[in-house]
Amino acid sequence: MPEIRNYTLNFGPQHPAAHGVLRLVLEMDGEVVERADPHVGLLHRGTEKLAETKPFNQSIGYMDRLDYVSMMCNEHGYVRAIEKLLGIEPPIRAQYIRTLFDEITRILNHMLWLGSHALDLGAMTLFLYCFREREDLMDCYEAVSGARMHAAYYRPGGVYRDLPDQMPRYREEATKWHSAEEIARKNEARQGSLLDFIEDFTQRFPSYIDEYETLLTDNRIWKQRTVGIGVVSPERALQLGFTGPMLRGSGIAWDLRKKQPYAAYDRVDFDIPVGQNGDCYDRYLVRIEELRQSNRIIKQCVEWLRANPGPVMIQDYKIAPPPRRTMKTDMEALIHHFKLFSEGYCPPPGEVYAAVEAPKGEFGVYLISDGANKPYRLKVRAPGFAHLAAMDEMARGHMLADVVAIIGTMDIVFGEIDR
Amino acid sequence: MSSQESRTGDARLDALAEALEQHFNAQGYSLVLAPLEVTLVLPPESLLETARTLRDHPDFRFEQLIDLCGVDYSTYGQSEWETAQAPNTGFSRAVKRESPLPTQEPRFASVYHLLSLTHNRRLRLKVFLDSQAPMVDSVISIWSAANWFEREAFDLFGILYRGHPDLRRILTDYGFIGHPFRKDFPLSGQVEMHYDPQQRRVVYRPVQIEPRVLVPRVIRSPQSSSDPSENADA
Repeated sequence: MPEIRNYTLNFGPQHPAAHGVLRLVLEMDGEVVERADPHVGLLHRGTEKLAETKPFNQSIGYMDRLDYVSMMCNEHGYVRAIEKLLGIEPPIRAQYIRTLFDEITRILNHMLWLGSHALDLGAMTLFLYCFREREDLMDCYEAVSGARMHAAYYRPGGVYRDLPDQMPRYREEATKWHSAEEIARKNEARQGSLLDFIEDFTQRFPSYIDEYETLLTDNRIWKQRTVGIGVVSPERALQLGFTGPMLRGSGIAWDLRKKQPYAAYDRVDFDIPVGQNGDCYDRYLVRIEELRQSNRIIKQCVEWLRANPGPVMIQDYKIAPPPRRTMKTDMEALIHHFKLFSEGYCPPPGEVYAAVEAPKGEFGVYLISDGANKPYRLKVRAPGFAHLAAMDEMARGHMLADVVAIIGTMDIVFGEIDR
Repeated sequence: MSSQESRTGDARLDALAEALEQHFNAQGYSLVLAPLEVTLVLPPESLLETARTLRDHPDFRFEQLIDLCGVDYSTYGQSEWETAQAPNTGFSRAVKRESPLPTQEPRFASVYHLLSLTHNRRLRLKVFLDSQAPMVDSVISIWSAANWFEREAFDLFGILYRGHPDLRRILTDYGFIGHPFRKDFPLSGQVEMHYDPQQRRVVYRPVQIEPRVLVPRVIRSPQSSSDPSENADA
């Protein structure tokens, strides 16, 4: 008989299923995990320290790079904290635009999660489908902010600019790679405004979700890989600081969009899906349903935004830049612009905590101001950090292959965990 | 803002503030109220007991520890830019500090953000710690979520959590020296990594970046040129 002993397995940091730079030290008894010790910090960039050296507005771009698959939700958390500190309220149209883009972001995030989670568990096709839809939504990002991912679109006091009247189109002439018909087909939905494009997307999207569900929901292999894996009881989920779909998957109906509404969430209709068993399959179902609910919210926002034009930024030039045209002609506006972009603004001393329901859970920003034009301390509460901390508890006693499913179900992104 | 007597602008938080005042009125406790924010400052010795009450008592029921972080208060309220002393040759980019740090005691704070799902309200706990031995009891026995958060605060600020089962560094590199989020730790760090072709491996060397302040000024108020604290003796 050969001697049987425990193996220590080093998983990552360069492993496709580690979702970034996770180094996972696993103590294995055969193929069963005895202990999981995640080593994080390989993507630590010191965002919070960097923010202490810059005026408030200059850190918005860093927020995009925290959870780099749900960019605008991070910005939302940060600008909400600043707004709370300054005691300002953005105009209602900005609130709706934020709601709209938060939900677009949620779909973006869940699509990436679904695609990569399915890929990890052996379903290749879905990955390609999900990225197809992400393209359309990233075009929406690009249309409003100029950037496909790192938008820096939300600003304290509103959003940077109003939605464009014209959705950008592909160039008309045929190329070596794209025929004229193909381009015409791609441009079909882009004839009108951005809102037309988004509406067209919301019409198409439910049938796409049905497609994904056809591939996965009743799929025998999918169920074998997810049902009963990584079960978290509601009590433990609370203890471990779970938020978002991880908490709702365990059967606790808690969603900041409902419970502590912000932006325009108290003005739109939607439901909160809740799981029953707290396993990977339930969390999958919760997120799929969230996709449908997000689609519903987007529809309502589009409708409202069509009917209600208005300002998208507060008119206080100490906080928000004056319009470009005024700046070119008016001396005072020019001074305001210069002061705002060189020095920023000085909120009153104090501390605030503001949270939003990011796709992964509660994204909170704790901001201490000592009255300077820079934050004295910025703490980002990343949902994934608390989730990954429970890795040991969730993975213990499971097989090695299930570790991949558990990492997937946590929706880990290292940008926010390491900060 | 709904009623005249509202202290936080929210009825739920007002009720919380009242309950806190009833339960915790001993020496060392103080309640800080701001619009939509309730902060309870408490002495480090009584943290565990208070935390347990806050979790279990039906008046509070803070089931979740949402966040835990350290704060270094050593340069709180300091100015890097003094317009009163401007020479006629122009302004320097930033003030060079003679002493490394003004010591402000207590220097550190450990801040806890709690969430009650039952009552749908939030509370911030704050424990001030001195700079010599910043040490406080770990709340891991009350909220399991504290595990990694305390490791992070230890890593970044050097706050020690008594009773933590596994207080290792978490975000910084293996073998890292220092606590990077302290205010006396330079932004550019102490060491940098490079590949040494002789040794054929990646090694550390002292950092070669000149510390450079891109946006130099810390301005205290919009009328910074007439900052009252600066001009008090002028």
